Amino acid sequence: MTDVVMPQMGESIVEGTLTKWLKKAGEHVERDEPLFEISTDKVDTEIPSPAAGVLKEVLVEEGKTVAISTVVGRIEEGAGNGASVPAPVAAKQAPAPPPPAAAPAPKAEEPEPQPAPPLIAESRTAESRTAESRNEPPAPPQPAAQGDGDPQTGALSPLVRKMAREYGIDLRQVKGTGGGGRITKQDLEAYMSAQGARTMAQAGAPAPSPSAAPPAPAPAQSPAPAPAAAAAPTRPAPAPPAAPMPRAEAPRARVEAMSTMRSKIAEHMIMSKRTSAHVTTVHKTDMTKIAKMRERHKGEFQQRYGYSLTYLPFVIAAAVEAIRAYPIVNASIEGNNIIYHNEINVGIAVALENGLIVPVIRNADERNVTGLQRAIVDLSTRARSRQLKPDEVQGGTFSITNFGSFGSVFATPIINQPQVAILGVGSVEKIPVVVDDAIAIRSVAYLALTFDHRLIDGSVADQYTGKVKSILENWAEEVL
Amino acid sequence: MCETRICEFRDLGRVGYAEALEVQKDLVERRKQGLISDQLLIVEHPHVITLGRNGHPENLLASEEALERAGIEFHSSDRGGDITYHGPGQIVGYPIIDLREWKRDVVAYVRAIESVMIDALSEFGIRAGRLEGCTGVWVNGGKVAAIGVHISRWVTSHGFALNHTTDLKYFHYIVPCGLTKPVTSMEALGSHAVRDQVVAALARQFAKHFQFELLIHDREGVVPTLTETIS
Repeated sequence: MTDVVMPQMGESIVEGTLTKWLKKAGEHVERDEPLFEISTDKVDTEIPSPAAGVLKEVLVEEGKTVAISTVVGRIEEGAGNGASVPAPVAAKQAPAPPPPAAAPAPKAEEPEPQPAPPLIAESRTAESRTAESRNEPPAPPQPAAQGDGDPQTGALSPLVRKMAREYGIDLRQVKGTGGGGRITKQDLEAYMSAQGARTMAQAGAPAPSPSAAPPAPAPAQSPAPAPAAAAAPTRPAPAPPAAPMPRAEAPRARVEAMSTMRSKIAEHMIMSKRTSAHVTTVHKTDMTKIAKMRERHKGEFQQRYGYSLTYLPFVIAAAVEAIRAYPIVNASIEGNNIIYHNEINVGIAVALENGLIVPVIRNADERNVTGLQRAIVDLSTRARSRQLKPDEVQGGTFSITNFGSFGSVFATPIINQPQVAILGVGSVEKIPVVVDDAIAIRSVAYLALTFDHRLIDGSVADQYTGKVKSILENWAEEVL
Repeated sequence: MCETRICEFRDLGRVGYAEALEVQKDLVERRKQGLISDQLLIVEHPHVITLGRNGHPENLLASEEALERAGIEFHSSDRGGDITYHGPGQIVGYPIIDLREWKRDVVAYVRAIESVMIDALSEFGIRAGRLEGCTGVWVNGGKVAAIGVHISRWVTSHGFALNHTTDLKYFHYIVPCGLTKPVTSMEALGSHAVRDQVVAALARQFAKHFQFELLIHDREGVVPTLTETIS
């Protein structure tokens, strides 16, 4: 007989409540199979059986609290069939009866433990091809010894699985482009938009997909992108209420699921518009001095550092210096409090092929123009190759966006929450201006500051922007 | 505790309760087999009321039909704790951790989860704390976060639910966790923090309290995340 005891679930724990026996007295239990459950402080714990055999005695009833090491039951070993063989790990009680066929999940030393075991084997909304495709993983137990990376057995991410299920995609139809033929989200999206182009039409039935998940008014319920689609007669009004009937005509639009980045951008933009009282003020700034200096040093700078000198680091340096005079521009709002940040961490909007990202130059006030230029080059290069670390896109306290690089003269940027201001830089252009009643050619740029009027008054915003302008117009410090 | 322990982190966004259970079950199984490292999932559930294994059905104050009419699912669950509500605006965290590699202590685990949330909240100027005998995180007598954990072979599942912008009226359907104490949310406490910021703070504090190196996955389970994109 083996004693079953109340285990110690932590140093400070002296007792436990036995909440449920998962086996009845007289029942057979495998070693390591869950035998009973205990509860301590919002934690329910399954306790595995210490031995294989028959649960002979139950000494502590459900609901009783006993000290640790108390014997709660006894198991008679060796009773029952094939007792000593360790049970398949997967064998759990109720909720997941392992599909009889797929079961044996060999526990021993398997040369290559398949990274993705059958997982979600049981299904609740049975039927539908979805379920089929879900039951698939268990299917290839015919040990395909060649180990060719069958996408079905390759590690599918939870999201891919979820999408496949949600949109009723038969994963066998999808070509995986990930490592080892693994199916990625992009593959599913490509597949879906290909299918969508074929079968999509009925716009009125978007999947109830919430904002967070990849939104997709995709062919959620067209059960099969069947050839039937084409054959369907162009019946007039009363369509059958069930499945949306694909129309026979050419699709009038192409439907594509938003990328994660796109839906995040969308979410953030709207959230920012909802949060802040956006006002934009624009100051015309004479960049001639900086243009001249840049002209003077361009070649040498490029030669010395390997990248070119742009206007942006000057603007950042000026914006940061002006923040020292107007720290409220570098603040944020929490409840009814104003948080003045001691660090000046400047986010730089970087356009990506398919979105944008705002990496942060930390402690931008500690860098000179060369250091800022280096940071810009480094962060934007890595942003485009998707090699930023998470903390490099966090913690910004102020942002700068350089839409001038795309030719825009001025624009009204959206604040990067929870910040309260963003400075936009228009393109630097030579224009005729009146200087001392004479017409001169000057290099001019518009600086647009969008600020949160909840916190920053117009006069302060203009004083701040005026300060940035004045620093830039009177730039004296040499770069090299 | 000197070597680096990796925890994979995923913010899956909106996921149905049943679905999240399946994902957890899968991860727990693979964690037990040592095929994967520790995991932290963050999700948001549609309206759902769940009853812990040892919960009291009488703490559900509405009939299941009434819930259905209100668009609220009902689930029994194998986690610890009594009855609770999950829904939009709530940040739900499911750590799948092998406690044998941490402290082998379930109570210490629950306390650490509380600390994670308390410290994360303090990043947003909210002073939260514990309430003797009432697991969870509390602010001025209101419960801002609930905890319910299941452990099998020292591997954790289920976890915590932090009310960020949760619509608190949904708690009227239940006696939360069997306690007749008020619930609150970060929003109700005056915070304007956005979800991603809060999730980032939770991840950061989680890594700190459990001495993890976080490996952050994008939602599709691929590479690094862009926790804050925008201009």
